[in-house]
Amino acid sequence: MTHRRAAYDNIVICAPVTIPYRRYSTHSAHWWLGRSLHELTRAAGITPKDIDGLTVSSFTVGPDTAIGLTQHFGLSPRWLDHIPFGGASGVVALRRAARAVQAGDADIVACISGDTNHVDSFRKTLSTFSRFAQDAVYPYGSGGANSSFALITKHYMNLYGAKREDFGKLCIAQRDNALSIPFAMMKKKLTLDEYMSARPIADPVHLFDCVMPCAGAEAVLVCREDTAKSLGLPMVRMLATIERHNAFGGDVIQHRGGWEVDIGELWAMAGMRPSDVSLVETYDDYPVIVMMQFEDLGFCKKGEGPDFVRGHTFTNDGTFPHNTSGGQLSTGQAGAAGGFLGLTDAVRQLTDRPIGTAVADAQSAVISGFGMINYDRGLSSAAAVLARV
Amino acid sequence: MTTPLTRPKRKNPLKRTRLPLNPQGVRSRTAHGLTAAAAEGRFALQVCEDCKTVIYPPRDCCPNCLSARLPFRDVPRGGMLVAETTVRTSTDPYFRERTPWRVGSVKLDAGPVIVAHLHGDTVEGARVRLEFKLDKSGAAVALALPEQDTPHMADDPHLREMTCDPKFRRVLITDGRTEVGQAMAKAFSDAGANIVFVGIADQWKPFPGMDKLRQIERVEIVPLDVTDTESVTEQAEQNGSRIDIIVNTAEHVRAGGIVDRHGLTVAREEIDVRYLGLMRLAQAFGPVMRFRGADGVNSAAAFVNLLSVHALMNWPTYGAYSAAEAACLSAAQCMRAELRPGGVKVLNVFFGPLETEWFQTVPPPKVTPAALAKAVVRGLQQGIEDVFVGDIAEDIRARLAVNPKALEREMAG
Repeated sequence: MTHRRAAYDNIVICAPVTIPYRRYSTHSAHWWLGRSLHELTRAAGITPKDIDGLTVSSFTVGPDTAIGLTQHFGLSPRWLDHIPFGGASGVVALRRAARAVQAGDADIVACISGDTNHVDSFRKTLSTFSRFAQDAVYPYGSGGANSSFALITKHYMNLYGAKREDFGKLCIAQRDNALSIPFAMMKKKLTLDEYMSARPIADPVHLFDCVMPCAGAEAVLVCREDTAKSLGLPMVRMLATIERHNAFGGDVIQHRGGWEVDIGELWAMAGMRPSDVSLVETYDDYPVIVMMQFEDLGFCKKGEGPDFVRGHTFTNDGTFPHNTSGGQLSTGQAGAAGGFLGLTDAVRQLTDRPIGTAVADAQSAVISGFGMINYDRGLSSAAAVLARV
Repeated sequence: MTTPLTRPKRKNPLKRTRLPLNPQGVRSRTAHGLTAAAAEGRFALQVCEDCKTVIYPPRDCCPNCLSARLPFRDVPRGGMLVAETTVRTSTDPYFRERTPWRVGSVKLDAGPVIVAHLHGDTVEGARVRLEFKLDKSGAAVALALPEQDTPHMADDPHLREMTCDPKFRRVLITDGRTEVGQAMAKAFSDAGANIVFVGIADQWKPFPGMDKLRQIERVEIVPLDVTDTESVTEQAEQNGSRIDIIVNTAEHVRAGGIVDRHGLTVAREEIDVRYLGLMRLAQAFGPVMRFRGADGVNSAAAFVNLLSVHALMNWPTYGAYSAAEAACLSAAQCMRAELRPGGVKVLNVFFGPLETEWFQTVPPPKVTPAALAKAVVRGLQQGIEDVFVGDIAEDIRARLAVNPKALEREMAG
C-alpha cells in the first residue's frame, strides 16, 4: 500500500532569473552560475547570507560540484544538492527544494543552473557524456544526441505516422514565440519551406529539429509563501510534481517516457485536468520528444500526437500556448539551464512579467523535463503543475 | 547492392596523402570484453551467471538481478534492424571525412538492443546478423550485416574500414623459399591482391618450388634478406610506399632446449632471423605503413606475424625455438601499439606444428602450409587480430585459458 503524498502547502516559486544567452562564451560555467546567483539576490532583495539552501545543475562546471561552489561563491547553506539530470534538472530541483523548505531544513533555496559553451566544449561533452555513450554510442558515427534522437524519431514516425511537417509545425510555432525574446539564438521567422529544405543532420532529423548549443544560466528561488510576501516578491504556487527514471527499459526503442507511469498522480495531486491548463512548457531538445510529452502528459492519447499537433497553433496568442519563450529550439540550449528555460518563463507568465509575448489570462502551467540520453534513450522524466497565487 | 570496388589507379605522386585518423577508441575496462571477442572474430556478450540475462552495453552489475558474475559468452548474433539513421554531421574528425555514415538500432534475438554500424545491404525492418569488429582505433564495434551474403559484400565501405581485405592491396611475403611463403603467395594471388611481392635472399641460389612460384599471377620476386639490415632497408626504399600488407614468413625451426643445447650459435641465428628480422622489417616498413593507413582503397592495412603457438607456452622439445617465438609475440604487442595511430592492424597467427621438413619427427595433427595461408587470408578479410590455426593451436589456447600451470607442467611430458 502506498502512502498518500503530502501536498506542497504554502510552497512558492519566485524571482525567475535568466542570464541572456550567448552562442559562445570565454567565461567558465562558474561565471554563468555566479551571474545567476547574483541576479537572484538582486531580484529578491536579499543578501547571499539569506540563501540557506542551494541546488546546482551544470554539465560544464566540472571538476566542481555544488559543494565546491559554496566556497567559490562564499555561501554557507545548511542544505545543498547537486542535480545533474540535464533536462529534468529544473523540475527535480523544484521538488527537492520544496520538500526541504516544507520540512524546515531550509528557508530560502536558490535553484541555479547554467553552462558555458567554449568553441570545443560541445564535442568534449559528447564523447565523455556517460560510460555507455563512451562504450556504445560515440564510436558509432559520433553524431551525438542528433543520431540517438534520429533513431527515436524514425521509430516514432514508423509507429504513429508522424510526418516531418508535423515536427516542422512545432518548430515554427516556437520560432514565432522566440521572436519577442531579445537574446534568442534564432531571430528570424521560420517558414515551412525553410524547415523542410534544411540540410539533413541525421535522417530524419534536419537542421531546424536541432537545438543550438549556447552559454547561459537560469535560476529561481523556492521558499514559503510568507517569506515571499515579506520580501514583496510575485510568486506562483506549486500544486503537483512527478519524477521517474529509467522507465520502460523493455521498450525496444523509446516511444514513451516515464511520465506515463505517474501521470494519474500528477493530475490528481494538482486537482486539475489537462484541459484546465493555460500553458505548457515541454522539454524540446527535439520535436519528437515534445510530441511524446503531449501524449504522455495526457493532452492526447498515445499515438495521437501528430493529430494533436495538426489541431493547435502552439503560439502564445493562439491555441495551446507552448514553450512560451521559444524553447531551446529557438532560444538556445544553455546546457543544464535548458531544463529551467520553461520554468522561469512559466513563472513570469503566471506573474504577468513575461519577457516576450504574454499568454492571455494565464492561470496555470505544466512544466515538463526530460533528460540524459545515457545509451539509447532519455532516462529522466519529470513534470510540475504551477498555478497563479 | 554493394558497388564492387574498382582496381585503384596508379597514384599521382604529387598528390597529398590523406593522413590517418582514428575514431574514439576509449572504452571502459569491462567493455574490452568485446574487444577480446572481436580480436578473435567471436560474437560474445555478457551473460549473467545467476539469472542468464544477456547484457549490453557492458556493465559491472546485472540490471535484472544485481549479480556481479557477468562473464562474456558467445551468443546468437541474429536480430532485427528496427530503425536506422544516416549521420551526415559528426563532431569527430574521423567520421567527418567519412559521412554519410549509417547506424541503426538492432534488437537482438538474444535480448538487448545494440546500436550498430550498418552494412550497405542491410534494410530497416529486415533481419540482420551482428559481428563485433575492431575499428581503426583497435576497439570493438558492432556491425550489422544482411542476414544472407550479398554480392560483393566485402567491398562495402563501412565493412572495408574494419577489415584488411587483400583485394586490390599489395602484399609483401618476406621469404619465398619456404613452403609457407609459397603457399602464402598463392593464397594472396587468389584473394585478388594487386601485387604479391615475394622476397628471396640470394636469388642466384635455386630452391624447390621456384618455378611454380614465378608462375603465380601477379607475383613479383624481389631481393630481400631479413637478416641483412641493408637488404631490408633497400627493399623498403624501393617498394615500401606501395606495400599494404606484410606477411613475415621468415622461419627458423630447430629442435632443442636451453640446458641441453650446446653453445649459442643456433640460438643467435634463431634470434637473428626471427626477432631481429621482425625488428628490421618493423623499422624499415612500419613508419611508412603507419603514414598510409587512410590512403584509399589500397591503404596500408596489416602486418602479419606467423607465430608458433608455443610462443604462448614453451614446448621444451623445441625450447629455444619457443623462446624466440615468445620474443616475437612480445614485439608484436609493441608493434600493435605503435601502428595503431595509423589504423594498421597487427595480425598474430598462432599455428601448431607444420607439415614441413623441420617438424618431420612430430606426430600429427599438423598444419599444412596451404591451410595456414588460407587462415591468414581469412583473418585479414575478417579484420581480426588473433588467429589460431590447427588442432594443436586450439588445444593449447583452450588449456591456457583454463589452467596455465597445468599446461606448463604437461608440456614437459
